[in-house]
Amino acid sequence: MSEQIHDVRLHVNGSVHEVRVPARRLLSDALRHDCGLTGTHVGCEHGVCGACTVLVDGAPMRSCLMLAVSAVDAEITTVEGLTEVDGTPQGRLSPVQQAFSDCHGLQCGFCTPGFLTTITAGLEENPDPTEDEAREMIAGNLCRCTGYQNIVKSVLRAAEIKQERA
Amino acid sequence: MKPAPFAYLRPSTLEEALAALAGEQGAKVLAGGQSLVPLLSMRLAAPSMLIDINALPDLGHVTCDEAGVRVGALARHAHVLASPEAATTQPLVAMALANVAHPTIRNRGTTVGSIVHADAAAEMPMVLRLLEGSVDVASVRGRRTIPAAELFAGPLESTLAHDEIAVEAFFPALAPGAGVAFQEISRRHGDYALVGVAAHVELEGDEVVRARLGYLSVSDVPVVVDVSDSLADPAGAALAELEPVDDIHATADYRAHLVRVLTPRVLAAATDHARQRMNA
Repeated sequence: MSEQIHDVRLHVNGSVHEVRVPARRLLSDALRHDCGLTGTHVGCEHGVCGACTVLVDGAPMRSCLMLAVSAVDAEITTVEGLTEVDGTPQGRLSPVQQAFSDCHGLQCGFCTPGFLTTITAGLEENPDPTEDEAREMIAGNLCRCTGYQNIVKSVLRAAEIKQERA
Repeated sequence: MKPAPFAYLRPSTLEEALAALAGEQGAKVLAGGQSLVPLLSMRLAAPSMLIDINALPDLGHVTCDEAGVRVGALARHAHVLASPEAATTQPLVAMALANVAHPTIRNRGTTVGSIVHADAAAEMPMVLRLLEGSVDVASVRGRRTIPAAELFAGPLESTLAHDEIAVEAFFPALAPGAGVAFQEISRRHGDYALVGVAAHVELEGDEVVRARLGYLSVSDVPVVVDVSDSLADPAGAALAELEPVDDIHATADYRAHLVRVLTPRVLAAATDHARQRMNA
């Protein structure tokens, strides 16, 4: 029996991607392999590590816990979609990206895409977090390098940059 | 880690979904998928077909009236948790939901899905059981209401028939003069609890006339114990009915210890809550 292939229209970072995938294709794999957006990283593949977190209609969700076929009606934002358009070819780093750069919020960078998406949505909900709230915001994401201290600083710095740019 | 192949349907009406489910013995229902997709990826489950109910209309509701809170099959945990009406009507729902996994998981996972997944380590099956709520299920044969006391058959096993889809959960409202509390202990923030306890207390005047406790992650099904007649040693009474289990996260002895620590704490918090509500 050959596996059935589905034509799926994914809306990612404002573009439409027509992909042909089996039903079992995880959204994380569809983004990486079918859309070519390898910024979304795949860590544990069972919802624990948070590396694959993307925004689905603005809310952070684990892309490894969604099927691509089930994401048809959603607007998806990956780490590639966070960069701000400013007329230059590479764009401008978003407040959260800039803060990670300023505060050394990453070392190896594997977990970073999941942190960036999670914090981007977190600051929409709570634009001025306390340090405790910043820790709570990133509690669902694992990082094995930084010890989290500089990621917490990055959350607080990102909130400042966001206000400076507003 | 990739799921085994399966056929996929995304019906746009409940009737279509129910007909498909009735016609395929190996089919499973996909709502939020936060428990099902890991099982697929680890190949602990290999259904022949997934029936994705995310495109069905009218199942995302969280409605409250004097009777209680009704939660539709597509209402995400985060949506239920964000409802101020639900938190007022039955405060235990929000108290427990705040402990369900991480916010990112709550954005996708559904409360009804978690209940019928029937994991004894999950919060909402135990809460539904303690509150004596119910689940409405539909099939091609019609609809029925399953009381929570009859819903949990065993580990990860509900009493839904193969062709039934859970469409709504009902959490009864908190009566005046009653109070609730919830607390759990997990090894890491957001992990499954080693032990979780909820209490439901009813007062007459200043006296506790009825006290019931719910336990998650202690035995292999959610357990509710009535301690109204053993208020001097509620943890002892609870342990007489619980069968703490060993696993890689904790020994049975440690679970029993946590029951002894958490039980009086949660009971006292629920009693305070009931008093506050009476004086409010």
